[in-house]
Amino acid sequence: MTTSMYGAYGGRYVPETLIPALDELERGWAEALADPSFREELDQLGERYVGRPTPLYEAERFAPDGRRIVLKREDLNHTGAHKINNALGQILLASRLGKRRIVAETGAGQHGVATATVCARFGLECVVYMGAEDMRRQHPNVERMRLLGAEVRAVEFGTRTLKEATSEAIRDWIASVETTYYLIGSCVGPAPYPAIVRELQAVIGREARRQMLGTYDRLPDVVVACVGGGSNAIGLFAGFLDDDVRLVGVEAAGAASLGSGRGAVLHGARSSVLVDDDGQILDAHSISAGLDYPGVGPEHAALRDSGRATYVTATDEEALAAFHRLAETEGILPALEPAHALARALDIDAELVLVGLSGRGDKDLAEVLEH
Amino acid sequence: MAGPETVELARAAARGGADVIEIGFPFSDPLADGPVVRRAAERALAAGMRTEACLDCLREVHDQVAVPLVPMTYASLLEAYGWERFATDVREAGAASLIVADLPVDAHPDLRRIQLVAPTSTDERVGLAAEQTDGWLYLVTVAGTTGTRSELSPALAPLVARARKLTDVPLYAGFGISTPEQAGAAGELADGIVVGSAALLAAEEGSAALERFVAQLREALA
Ligand SMILES: Cc1ncc(COP(=O)(O)O)c(C=O)c1O
Repeated sequence: MTTSMYGAYGGRYVPETLIPALDELERGWAEALADPSFREELDQLGERYVGRPTPLYEAERFAPDGRRIVLKREDLNHTGAHKINNALGQILLASRLGKRRIVAETGAGQHGVATATVCARFGLECVVYMGAEDMRRQHPNVERMRLLGAEVRAVEFGTRTLKEATSEAIRDWIASVETTYYLIGSCVGPAPYPAIVRELQAVIGREARRQMLGTYDRLPDVVVACVGGGSNAIGLFAGFLDDDVRLVGVEAAGAASLGSGRGAVLHGARSSVLVDDDGQILDAHSISAGLDYPGVGPEHAALRDSGRATYVTATDEEALAAFHRLAETEGILPALEPAHALARALDIDAELVLVGLSGRGDKDLAEVLEH
Repeated sequence: MAGPETVELARAAARGGADVIEIGFPFSDPLADGPVVRRAAERALAAGMRTEACLDCLREVHDQVAVPLVPMTYASLLEAYGWERFATDVREAGAASLIVADLPVDAHPDLRRIQLVAPTSTDERVGLAAEQTDGWLYLVTVAGTTGTRSELSPALAPLVARARKLTDVPLYAGFGISTPEQAGAAGELADGIVVGSAALLAAEEGSAALERFVAQLREALA
């Protein structure tokens, strides 16, 4: 059985219609994990299609004097972010389950692009829900998805961002569950999704640990990653959970589900969520569409409670400043999401810091230039 | 949906012949609901209908309308209010039972409520839901969200047939039933029907329109 609860978090809070599909998914996932050919195909595609392993790169000019900052370069993946690791694994799972139609939600558009990409690669129908506000601020990704053959459906109500896009994708799935696979983009949602996404992103942490030992002959003192739903962070953390290494997640200041949220139910799971006293979900605000989400994966809520990981915030301005600094000192344009992690990495007082550079900034140029 | 007009609308529904009235406690992110219920929830929230106000509304309707009342809501409200406290206070305010749309039968088994089953539910789950349910079993007629539909779902008949083999509890069919014709057809199969979105649309035209609509449904079931 895959994990369904993380302490008091996780579970399945969905309409009954979806429960049999979640059971089927759980069985299919367990079978896939037990089948060496699944792992083989995933690893081979990871290497030849995605470009894994991604390098570690030490940002010497970016780092403040006397400290070392090492980047795990998920931005160099095919499609430009860590999201492809998850999309690829889930598309193999969807194929095993015999599903020909894929639905997904997207915020920054990176998960939508990754999903559209693997759907093109496997010849599957692809529908991506995206908030109208996110379609505006991440326009290049909308065009990319369309070029890849996906249908992008604008979500025109509520916050018009990732929260509403996720609700719409789930509603689509409720109505099409017999034929459709819901390819969720982060370690959120009803069980077993958080466990699936975590396992598929854990490749980041496994590689990074091996590379740290290979290059530096030691582990980092601190590992830092940005947290939206939390998938790149949980994937990177997974490599270091059992080590004496500090784990720091960085949320957007206006979307700090772990920093200022409380126990609530959103998108099928209990987690730490931005809610009011009555359990109504509050709007999140971030310059980065990928972090602009009032919920977070249940495992992060449990890691916060246990103290194994700590979660801090970075403001829009701090993320923008880190974006420019990395561009000007290293010749790397980061996505605005990991720019939050970069901002906090600058003031962490430790000798050797590993930062998850979860994606590249091409999609964010318009947003950055506007500020 | 709970709101300032609920007392008047509930009276109208009762006059039209409703046997049970469902009152929505709005949630910001209702996964099981289509556009009509979602819009009604958005309006209710904008008008300040939070949990305490919804309980007051329920109490007031209970004082004035002699029809069993069933609040329908989502888990997040109970999580914030306290599960036991919610269960107690909602009954104290006059609820005959409770529906939580995103709480499958195996979650929070201690909370007594009307259970929902869907065409996708296995026999095992239909049986479990029937065992656990509070009075009647809610048969979701479609794989889908609430919302009006042009046809009665073909999935209802097989679902009723399966449920009949597994339980003796009354079966009420809902989701998508929009017209008196569909109500009549569903009423041939199930022991009762639940009409949500179409009733909300009628209520948007006022209480007289709602009363007329409910009376037409009633007649179609006769
Ligand atoms: C580059 C990048 N990093 C991070 C995120 C946030 O997601 P998560 O917290 O699941 O890694 C996104 C989401 O779109 C993203 O595009």
